[in-house]
Amino acid sequence: MELAIVAAKALFILLLILQVMALGVFFERKVSALIQDRIGANRASILGFAGLGIINTLVADPVKFLLKEDIVPAGADRVLHFLAPCLAVIPLLVTFSVVPFGDVLVIGERVINLQAAELNAGLLYVLAMASLGVYGVIIAGWASNNRWSLMGGVRGSAQMISYEIAMGLALVGVVLTWETLDLQAIVRAQGELLWGWIPAWGILYQPLGFVIFAVAGIAESKRIPFDLPESESELVSGYFTEYSGSKHLMFMMADFVEVVLVAVLVTTLFFGGWQVPWLARDGFHLPWGGSVLLPSIAVAALQVTSFALKLVFFTWLQIVVRWTLPRFRYDQLMKLGWKGLLPLALVNVVLTALAILLWGERVA
Amino acid sequence: MSPIAFFVVAALAVASALGVVLNRNPVHGACALVAHLFLLAVFFVGLDAQLVGVLQVIVYAGAVVVLFLFVIMLLNLQADVRSMVGAPLVFAAAACVGALVTLILGGLREPGAAAGTALAQGYGETQELARVLFTRYALPFELTSLLLLVAIVGAVALARKRG
Amino acid sequence: MTPLGWYMGLSALLFAIGVFGVLVRRNVIVIFMAIEIMLNAVNLAFVAIARHQGSMDGQVIVFFVMTVAAAEAAVGLAIIIAMFRNRETTNADELATLRW
Repeated sequence: MELAIVAAKALFILLLILQVMALGVFFERKVSALIQDRIGANRASILGFAGLGIINTLVADPVKFLLKEDIVPAGADRVLHFLAPCLAVIPLLVTFSVVPFGDVLVIGERVINLQAAELNAGLLYVLAMASLGVYGVIIAGWASNNRWSLMGGVRGSAQMISYEIAMGLALVGVVLTWETLDLQAIVRAQGELLWGWIPAWGILYQPLGFVIFAVAGIAESKRIPFDLPESESELVSGYFTEYSGSKHLMFMMADFVEVVLVAVLVTTLFFGGWQVPWLARDGFHLPWGGSVLLPSIAVAALQVTSFALKLVFFTWLQIVVRWTLPRFRYDQLMKLGWKGLLPLALVNVVLTALAILLWGERVA
Repeated sequence: MSPIAFFVVAALAVASALGVVLNRNPVHGACALVAHLFLLAVFFVGLDAQLVGVLQVIVYAGAVVVLFLFVIMLLNLQADVRSMVGAPLVFAAAACVGALVTLILGGLREPGAAAGTALAQGYGETQELARVLFTRYALPFELTSLLLLVAIVGAVALARKRG
Repeated sequence: MTPLGWYMGLSALLFAIGVFGVLVRRNVIVIFMAIEIMLNAVNLAFVAIARHQGSMDGQVIVFFVMTVAAAEAAVGLAIIIAMFRNRETTNADELATLRW
């Protein structure tokens, strides 16, 4: 029975993430079109019916990818060529198992914690899976027997490991503030009220940490403005040039899943995760006195909805950033990572520690 | 950890270790090493050492082997024909190693405490490890940070191009 | 609940595979990877014994072993790169002499 509950939770979060990812792909097309003052790809028609516009394209694209021939370049390492897309996608998808998408769901006497894997060191698990994501890039670059792929792969992995450090140090500030590595505990702690009425979301405690983490997260996922490893105008497709068909689809999926992952982490750590302001386990407790009592299932549904809405917002934000900013040159990118974000993250740790020393009444 | 899980993970760990040692292509060997380190992390988590398991993935599987892969790609090492010593030496090495295993296993004694001593609350969690690390092992901790500094400076000094 | 002896046996076996790799392979990078296998086998033994005794000391020692092994891998690979620049080879037999 326990296993069935865990499986159900894992399935739920996976489906939620994949839906948001599909929404992200839709946003990518439509939002980019709106930003660039055009309509977008609305020419695809399914059996003569072109009425749905971009959604037709969104259905046609994956079908096209899946039906294409799978080409492995001559002289390439077949085993590694097959392995690289798997190594790119699997660590990213597995990271979502520690993300909490609700508080608790009370069914009968059973209190179900809405988090698929309740790890004590959940935040480090996220960093661990981010570290494993480097392998997809580096092996894809090596296994293609193509020097531009190799260049893209080495650039991409160097960029990823550099920004991993800044990401980790930005998270140290979060750990200092909330004194725990468990993501569910961090989100629960963000339900407290500052001065009686402001929900104590992470952004209020860690504004600098949020900025560093968001920038490092976008750099990790190799999105514009940090997408030199896969820059279309310079390296064809960078490290996944030699991939066709479903393998290419896996890499693109890894890209969008990572967008959703950064959105999920930013939401969970800095914007309250599933917290709805003034919503406790038994209903709303408004700061000016009133309270609305709700059953557990309604509270859980509200929390999951709030989580999903915040996710969609941050996915949209990353897409807007992508289509607004130009690309960094590679040396500028590495300079920003090592000489910009890393010292800034260390300063953030010192400032956070100082603030806790001076004003910390959260210390139990 | 249940015996079935132990045997499955142990078999995979031994297989990946053999994959590292016997593989001709160094890149394949590095991939097998990643798998081996990840499986050991699975063991650690099964032994209630959650923080150490996650650190194993971050440090070993996520950084050290990436370093190995970078060096292999920098030096452009292909699958080598003469990758192993000749057959007589292989047999001799296998015999020595077999003797070593027998010696180690023969030297094991019955463990003193009963199996499955009751674990303290929060065993293997971050707070416990930090408590022990920063009190009893504070001096080795500081020395390790010095060691890492020396290693970074040394590695950069050795590997940069002259002139 | 698996007995401690099984973990020790597995650790010994992995250590033996590592030693075999160091003795048999000629490519210095693969020798390095075999050394990593040996270190990890010892880590496994430490964690298993710590779990058996219910103390955290074994895990702290594993923490230090990981750190030292990472530092050693970095410096060792830098040495290999420096040697490769001079000798153009990573074969241990050809790198075995101190002569120029």
